[in-house]
Amino acid sequence: MKAWLFAFILICLSPSGNADESEKQRIRSLEEKLRCLVCQNQSLADSNAELAEDLRGQVRAQVKAGKTDDQIVAYLVERYGDFVLYEPPFKATTVLLWVGPFLLLAVGVAALILALRRRRSAAEELPLGPEQKRLAERMLGSGDPQ
Amino acid sequence: MIRFLAPLAIFLAVVVFLYAGLGRDPREVPSPLIGKAAPAFELPVLAQPDKRFAPADMKGKVWLLNVWASWCVSCRDEHPVLVELAGKRVIPVLGLNYKDKDDQAKAWLAKFGNPYDLSVVDADGRIGIDYGVYGVPETYLIDGEGVIRYKQIGPLTPAILEQKVLPLAKSLQK
Repeated sequence: MKAWLFAFILICLSPSGNADESEKQRIRSLEEKLRCLVCQNQSLADSNAELAEDLRGQVRAQVKAGKTDDQIVAYLVERYGDFVLYEPPFKATTVLLWVGPFLLLAVGVAALILALRRRRSAAEELPLGPEQKRLAERMLGSGDPQ
Repeated sequence: MIRFLAPLAIFLAVVVFLYAGLGRDPREVPSPLIGKAAPAFELPVLAQPDKRFAPADMKGKVWLLNVWASWCVSCRDEHPVLVELAGKRVIPVLGLNYKDKDDQAKAWLAKFGNPYDLSVVDADGRIGIDYGVYGVPETYLIDGEGVIRYKQIGPLTPAILEQKVLPLAKSLQK
């Protein structure tokens, strides 16, 4: 009985249970960041494709081997390209992808401001002065009957 | 005038972009391995399991590495093209038998013909991962320095061979 209790306490105190849990979390979050190449709209975590299974095995093995997340991601990018990442990295070829929407937004806002300003200046046009009025009447031939 | 032309121009630009997007195949992932050294491996030869093959053995030659499996349906479509190519003896074709069973692979070659100078056995697909294989069949053109020059994802067709692979191989063989 004493031995059992001792074993039980040991198990409770051992940090391995906790470490396993955080390791699992790490593996899971890595697998969610990575794309399955076979069924491209699924992450490695979601996919049942055989390749995804193999790649999950790689991720797991490398986490166990003490590789960092960055090292594991680099390992896969080296082989499959940036396409394995759900979030494409920011670099020369992807600038438009990242900046494009903001650029479009800026163009839209600029166009809006321009249009509003033009409209306001049109509304603010002054009424005709007496001199202009007389001129207009003469041109239109609709003067006073006098 | 510009009032009406501007939206039309924007619309046309969107049409052009969308149309160009339609023509691209999302399954074709550009390989980061092109221009890089073919990953090294040493694997048993399918026909002679006690012998091993490494890409370094092909140094000085321009060759094709074709990833195939007996369970792969489009490999069967591709197979006659490879058999014909092998018959012409213009370029060595080697096979990487990917995640297959040896006896099934051998039976498959016996049934459909064997275009390969030799096939190596990648039973667990580890080497396939190193080569970025994700959809069998895939074919790599490797030059005399051991650098990957071209990768075909999916079956080779006579048109792709004639227009892309063989001209490139010829220029590399010089």
